Amino acid sequence: MQLTGAQALIKSLEMEQVEVIFGLPGGAILPVYDPLLDSTIRHILVRHEQGAGHAAEGYAHVTGRPGVAMVTSGPAATNIVTALADAYMDSIPLVVITGQVGTSLIGTDAFQEADTTGITMSVTKHNWLITDASQIPTVVREAFHVATTGRPGPVLIDLPKDVSNQTMEWYWPESVDLPGYKPTLKGHPKMIQEAAKLISKALRPVLYVGGGVLRAGATKELLALAEHCRIPVVTTLMARGAFPDENPLCLGMPGMHGNYTAVTSMQKSDLLITLGARFDDRVTGNVAGFAPYAKVIHVDIDPAELGKIRNPDVPIVGDLKLVIPELTREIKKLKVDIKTQLEPWIAELNTWREKYPLSYNQDPGGRPLKPQYVIERLRQMAPPDTIVVSGVGQHQMWASQFWKFNHPNTWVNSGGLGTMGFAVPAALGAKVGRPDKVVWAIDGDGCFQMTAQELVTATAERIPIKVAILNNAYLGMVRQWQEMFYDQRYSEVYLSPDLPDYVKWAEAMGCVGIRVDSADEVEVAIEKANSINDRPVVIDFRTDTWEKVFPMVPAGKTNDEIVIGPQEMEKK
Amino acid sequence: MTFSSSVVPMGGNRANLEAKHHVLSVLVENKSGVLARIAQLFSRRGYNIYSLSVAPTEDERFSRVTIVVDVESAPLEQITKQLHKLINVLKISEINAAQAVEYELLMGSISTSSETRSELIELVRIFDGKIVDVGFDKLTVMLAGTPKMLDDFEALLGAYPIVEIQRTGRVALQKLDRSAPTRARSKSGKAS
Repeated sequence: MQLTGAQALIKSLEMEQVEVIFGLPGGAILPVYDPLLDSTIRHILVRHEQGAGHAAEGYAHVTGRPGVAMVTSGPAATNIVTALADAYMDSIPLVVITGQVGTSLIGTDAFQEADTTGITMSVTKHNWLITDASQIPTVVREAFHVATTGRPGPVLIDLPKDVSNQTMEWYWPESVDLPGYKPTLKGHPKMIQEAAKLISKALRPVLYVGGGVLRAGATKELLALAEHCRIPVVTTLMARGAFPDENPLCLGMPGMHGNYTAVTSMQKSDLLITLGARFDDRVTGNVAGFAPYAKVIHVDIDPAELGKIRNPDVPIVGDLKLVIPELTREIKKLKVDIKTQLEPWIAELNTWREKYPLSYNQDPGGRPLKPQYVIERLRQMAPPDTIVVSGVGQHQMWASQFWKFNHPNTWVNSGGLGTMGFAVPAALGAKVGRPDKVVWAIDGDGCFQMTAQELVTATAERIPIKVAILNNAYLGMVRQWQEMFYDQRYSEVYLSPDLPDYVKWAEAMGCVGIRVDSADEVEVAIEKANSINDRPVVIDFRTDTWEKVFPMVPAGKTNDEIVIGPQEMEKK
Repeated sequence: MTFSSSVVPMGGNRANLEAKHHVLSVLVENKSGVLARIAQLFSRRGYNIYSLSVAPTEDERFSRVTIVVDVESAPLEQITKQLHKLINVLKISEINAAQAVEYELLMGSISTSSETRSELIELVRIFDGKIVDVGFDKLTVMLAGTPKMLDDFEALLGAYPIVEIQRTGRVALQKLDRSAPTRARSKSGKAS
């Protein structure tokens, strides 16, 4: 069967069971958009290529399947670089297809030409420049394989226009032949035994759980391990939902804005059982003072993470889905009563939990409206498996702190790269992936202004997401730092509460817009938003400018220097 | 002719660097862009390449890249692990200088006068080098040898007016096993 390169690409995507492409056409990718009309694959026309990338990420986050985005050459390719970098940092499987100028024009500074494979080399797991249509099925097969196996990540296929127009004899490769790519899946049995021994002897162990557990789909395995040994669990920003918050063993989020118990449990721990986490600087604070008494077991599918920041006592390379059950089996073999052994540790943690809970004060008069109160009310009025998507900044930290995540893959955010503007397009992608679930984007006013135009996409494509803007009129996190560390010298952080008018803006984009100024209006507004399922809803919550994210470990300090609340800050 | 005091003792300087040098022999797929991926990985992670040589192996699907890298031993492990993550990289061996055969080639064009010409030719002969090009008042000399030998030769050439000197960077292979077949043991030399 003879196909054009463009037809071969679409057919290859169908072979990979792609159900949706987020994209925006243009000159160099034009040939591919023609056979797309005859395909069963749904295409969602975004309003900016960055949105296509983040939407594909949101889709991948909640479904565990690779997100697919397709855009043209040059500026379209550079616009999607942010999403690639974001997915690379957070290990999100993404297949991005970019058009490229014709092969005879490559290197001539042709119209809309950019060195896409060169530019994206350091933000993709791998990329391919196709030079002949016959390569298309092989490359697509390889691309999906690389994106989804081992440590997942984004890949990019650059397709020159003339290659799309060439004809080729259709085939579908039966297997992938990548001699240099063989991820290690099975953990080393000796190392797993060593780890089990350490766990059986530990008196203050902590399961330090990262996003890798979600990527590996190993949440049940984790629950079994934690429950068997009664070891407390901290879930990093990327791992919220990997272990249920309602489980008494769950201590919540560690790190710069983690709660006191989660942060201090690691500082006092004698054994960190690190599963799919990478000792990010936002978790460790000053590395030299991080978890000073702890031995470290580090399990990761990426060997380069072992010893990158902290040298593990027991390094294990492997797939958590396989390693965690092996570890649990080895622990059981040792027949040590770990549960009883850990009772004093759990008791101590519980006293901290009681003494230092997360807190805020909503004035009963209703004003100023506290952002944490909004999040708590949203949560109480939403189904338990609601998907929460956030941007980056204060609202992200509050969402992570005050939502209760009890289901895997219900928390979608930009952790590693910290990409402002992530929420709206990612929420759109998440809702496409899980149309059965309620999707709330909890966004900041600064973030919202970066990518809000994707609400036009959401309206046009009938993707009824809900957006809660925690509008404090500022670039809040930057303002917090200027208040705390720059003597309240506020430099270029004021945005205004009503410029733009968010309600009018939402309405102009075909959404329902609601404004909330006071705590007593919150419930009615959320009720209204929950009742609307045929279009997106935006609620503009005018929140307290002065509210700051606590606890906080100031940058460069060790986690022992955690500041629990504003009162303590004033004393210092 | 006497050696002037301004001669840079290159051999000596290099000896200091040598302690921090590691030689990585990297087997890669012979595809376009692979060298860019390796070079970019080094710069992105903040590692410095001291010298580099690339050529296809006996199997033309693969190339061997010999990289001399400046590091303390701790980050070296991180470098090899990051290199391993490149899809086109098949195998990495860290070559221990004590257990390797290392060679490098140097070419240099040197200005000569009637007095220094024969002296220079003599120097090349002592080192077992070659005169590969002859001009009216210049000679181009060539020497293949161990990096140390080339350092010495280069230092001695410093006494003459050098037009230009070019070195290839080293290539290296693991020393062969000398034990008798009955007691043969395998030494892969794999880095990580």
